[in-house]
Amino acid sequence: MGYKNATRSLTKVIEMKNITKKFGDFVALDSVNLDIFKGKVHALLGENGAGKSTLMNILYGLYYSTSGEIFINGEKVNITNPNIAIEHGIGMVHQHFMLIKPFTVAQNIILGREPISKMSVLNMKKALKDVKEISERYGLYVDPNAKIEDISVSMQQRVEILKALYRGAEILILDEPTAVLTPQEIIELIQIIKNLTKEGKSIILISHKLKEIKEAADFCMIIRRGKHIDTVVVSETTEEELASKMVGREVSFVVDKKDKKAGDEIFSIKDLVVKDNRNIITVDKLNLSVKKGEILGLAGIDGNGQTELLEAITGLRKIESGEIKINGNDITNKTPFQIINNKIAHIPEDRQKRGLVLDFDISENTILENYYKKPFSKKGILQYNNINVYANELIDKFDIRPKKASKMARTLSGGNQQKVIVAREITNDPDLLIAAQPTRGLDVGAIEFVHKSLIEQRDNEKAVLLISFELDEVMNVSDRIAVIYEGKIVGIVDAKDAEVEKLGLMMAGGGNK
Amino acid sequence: MKLNWKELRKTIYIFATEKTVGFTLISIFLGLVVGAIFLTAAGFNPFQAYGIILRGIFSKPSYISYTIIRATPLILTGLSIAFAFKTGLFNIGAEGQFIIGSVVATATGYFLHLPLLIHIPVVIISAVLAAGIWGGLAGYFKAKFGVHEVISTIMLNWVALYFQNFLIYTEGFQKPGGETSYSIQPTANMMILKTWKQSAAGREWLLQHPFWKDLLRTPANWGFIIAIIMAVLVWFVLNKTALGYRLRAVGFNRFAAEYGGINVNKNMIISMFIAGALAGLAGALQVVGVSHKVTLIAAMEGYGFDGIAVALIANSNALGCILAGLLFGALKYGGAKIQPFMQAPSEVVSIVIGSIVFFISIPRLIKLILSRKNKKGGTK
Amino acid sequence: MIDTILTNLAMIIATTLMYSTPLVFTSLGGVISENSGVINIGLEGMMVIGAFIGAALGYFIGNPWLAFIGAGVAGGLFGLLHAFACVTFGANQIVSGIAINFLGPGIALFLSRIFFEGATMTKSISLDNKMPRPLNGIFPEGSLLNIIFDNQYATVYLALIMVFLFWFFLYKTKYGLRLISVGEHPTAADTLGINVMKIRYFAVIMSGVFAGFGGAAMSLAIVSNFRPTLISGHGFIALAAMIFGKWKPQGALLACLLFGGSQGLAVFLGQFDFEISSQLISMLPYVITIVVLIGFVGKSAAPSADGIPYEKEHKN
Repeated sequence: MGYKNATRSLTKVIEMKNITKKFGDFVALDSVNLDIFKGKVHALLGENGAGKSTLMNILYGLYYSTSGEIFINGEKVNITNPNIAIEHGIGMVHQHFMLIKPFTVAQNIILGREPISKMSVLNMKKALKDVKEISERYGLYVDPNAKIEDISVSMQQRVEILKALYRGAEILILDEPTAVLTPQEIIELIQIIKNLTKEGKSIILISHKLKEIKEAADFCMIIRRGKHIDTVVVSETTEEELASKMVGREVSFVVDKKDKKAGDEIFSIKDLVVKDNRNIITVDKLNLSVKKGEILGLAGIDGNGQTELLEAITGLRKIESGEIKINGNDITNKTPFQIINNKIAHIPEDRQKRGLVLDFDISENTILENYYKKPFSKKGILQYNNINVYANELIDKFDIRPKKASKMARTLSGGNQQKVIVAREITNDPDLLIAAQPTRGLDVGAIEFVHKSLIEQRDNEKAVLLISFELDEVMNVSDRIAVIYEGKIVGIVDAKDAEVEKLGLMMAGGGNK
Repeated sequence: MKLNWKELRKTIYIFATEKTVGFTLISIFLGLVVGAIFLTAAGFNPFQAYGIILRGIFSKPSYISYTIIRATPLILTGLSIAFAFKTGLFNIGAEGQFIIGSVVATATGYFLHLPLLIHIPVVIISAVLAAGIWGGLAGYFKAKFGVHEVISTIMLNWVALYFQNFLIYTEGFQKPGGETSYSIQPTANMMILKTWKQSAAGREWLLQHPFWKDLLRTPANWGFIIAIIMAVLVWFVLNKTALGYRLRAVGFNRFAAEYGGINVNKNMIISMFIAGALAGLAGALQVVGVSHKVTLIAAMEGYGFDGIAVALIANSNALGCILAGLLFGALKYGGAKIQPFMQAPSEVVSIVIGSIVFFISIPRLIKLILSRKNKKGGTK
Repeated sequence: MIDTILTNLAMIIATTLMYSTPLVFTSLGGVISENSGVINIGLEGMMVIGAFIGAALGYFIGNPWLAFIGAGVAGGLFGLLHAFACVTFGANQIVSGIAINFLGPGIALFLSRIFFEGATMTKSISLDNKMPRPLNGIFPEGSLLNIIFDNQYATVYLALIMVFLFWFFLYKTKYGLRLISVGEHPTAADTLGINVMKIRYFAVIMSGVFAGFGGAAMSLAIVSNFRPTLISGHGFIALAAMIFGKWKPQGALLACLLFGGSQGLAVFLGQFDFEISSQLISMLPYVITIVVLIGFVGKSAAPSADGIPYEKEHKN
């Protein structure tokens, strides 16, 4: 039927025309058009950095467009700040939640539109009543007196949606709303979206996940590198078609990997107990082992103890009880220094916080664990010639760009920063490589590179532990998959036999007995 | 000619925005402008004032010597703070570490009786160690108990101050009849040619050579040379050694350092120890080279706080601390002279220094001003 | 016996209140600025200029309240300067604060020399023109209440009232809610249409005003003139008290009282002919603060965005 025909009889609520946005010389958006129709779900599909969020930030008044026009209900508007967007009935749920952690749910919802009695004094009674009313109307149940820091991520998302509805939003922008949810929570969210459209709200869904676009959206606009590629009717297209439009070429969803038998067990965790920053047990009597020549994937939703497990293994967090061994050596509660010397390498979750010293150049970053060893250092004096030679070797081998060892890590792109870390950790020749969220925020090319590096490591008879929130990644790369839920391993399956539905259920605590 | 003007503006713009040194120089210039505005508003001729300051610094060998003597402790406290900055710590405690250094130097200089060549090193090393421990204490509190170093060093400053005052009132240390300590032994005195310039032969020679006579009128001492050596040493340690790598890694990103197997807490303590040692060296050199004793102090003398400005103006660069310390010392010494000569408040120097630091804090403003000018220049 | 103890206690309370007052004003200044996300290490400099302007206006005008307000305005101007650098131009807040610590005393002494014939000490304000003592002579001579309140200046009570007002403002009004939200998560506040810049300007200027009040509470009440060593470090101590008090007005009050209290104790002990030197007793407040900080483990809770410049237009 085609997009034009499908939308002919619908009411246009938003029209963005020829939107261009430049950051310095960089063109983030190049003359993009977008139409939104009443009561419909409109998906925005594109890779990281394609310009989806930028476009929405312009609509919401957080960024100013360099040129272009916006019409709401046919009327030209000039949205210079979020207040104006809110007045026009636009609400936005950001990918990184915009919640004040020490505030309560109700305080967060009313912030900026506070009910007051005399003299600007807060009227919390009315606030609680309003929040209750609105949450009942849309079936979004929350505890208005709970503090944000104490409630779950999916609850926080509800608070975000309520925040927008409290402000009378007719058009709701959801930025990557499922990134932090379990498969079950995603189903709930899609139901919420459907409820909202039934009430006449229009939804803009920003996502790079094809499956949920297929499930939830009516229309889908694809952008790539700031350019509008196509807008399609979702029911008339396939996931493959969307994917190839998104990346601009055919994409194979399968990672190239030969079958191979795993060797002996090399790394084991027994009855591990670890507490988080709030002193709550988050890793609870966990058992796990990894063999030589295999990639063990750890699947799970964010916040089920992955971070604490990772930090416990690498010596960054205290272990309450239990035992961790590599090559038969006990490394429980050893310092990071000792653990590194036991041939464990680690691609950290947060490359900018842990993985790199951003104010060091590439060469200094390549020797982070080895700076004191020969040939990089002799009698305590750094040997910059040798360091540079080494750094240039890594730059060539791992194709780090720009090819300049004296470039500050801060100036590199995300993909190249990750390459520096991967290069450093793999070149340390570890017996166990732990890769945590190794492809987060990377583009397709860099993702392929990282996956290839992990598989090479496995093919060289090394052990790899892959921790990822992306179920697809875990399923494609691993040999075996362990599922973590509330700090315990709730099941281990062979990757070949794994089914999404079953893993999803386990990730949500459903278990497989 | 117009074209040249345009080019010049462009050059200034690039100089100020892409080179740290250029930006610093522009900030210093603007700081002097602010000082001039204050002087003008108060009815003084700023050119006359700056002229007096300049002559007060350079017109006599003794003036130059005094400037250097003034700058020496500031270079070292500046280094102390810059060093801590590089490790991500803010050492407000250079003030107290300076006091500890000078007190211990006075004590060892007075109580110990040692031969000339041994006494000075013993005095300096003991003072440096004591001040290092004093600084390391703040590092330890931070590493072990999570006490912010800004607070602990502020408190330690006052403890050090009252400790010095306490000692000055202690029998055996207090010089009877004064609110001051005994002076250090001659063997601990580091003044250049101290005995010779008071000997008959020395006096005779100096009478013939007015340049040297004027120069040696001052308590000229080896402190400045030591300060320069320390600056070079600090630069070398930070940039060329494994220790420096560790410290800088901790300073730039302690999480990454920890991840890389570096003991963050230990290095924080080491860094504060070294910072304390440098400030303590400043105090020790002040005693062996200039004051030879300590006196009762009612309030902070400001060596540590001035050191913060030195470190900031130097952008925490060790070698930059030499120049920034000299600038600061010169302004303080020369600036004092506008009071007697033209009754203009010498505190204008603090205003100039404060303004320089202020402009250094806002590179974006300077960029904006220059880029506007640059654009205007470009359209013509 | 009990009488003597009570009398002594009353005297310690009296000195505690007196010494705490300038600190309370100044650390309230710290509380408001840092809750909005701007570190203000320049409290010291703002306090100095407040002390000078207070003393100078008190001398020339003779009205302590006008002088007090003038001191607040002067401090507020320095706050404006700090806000200009930190809020508009994303300055390094520590560096800008250090600059103010040079500018404050520099400008105060510069002006002092101009208006007081080259002297760095202002002329004394007569007792009549100092801050009033509202409860002077109200209680019977020699009674405990008399010992505590007889000589307290109006600034003491004002400081306590201000603590309450700050608490009410921060936690009970919509502007307080917004101010805290800006210090915790400015981007979130911005997305709700809250003007981050405006709130931060307000908070930083107010922080200067209160530091100015703190300085004037010193020069118009505790003593009756300004001199270069008058403030010497009190601004830093107020800053420490604010951190110690976990960035809350009520916490800052307690920390200031602890500090004033140990100072009061030092003064009290100083009047006896102890073997202990008065210098060692003077160390007490600082040592106690360190000890208490070491004892109270657990990271203090600074506002999440404290010290981070907020930049509106940035690339993801």
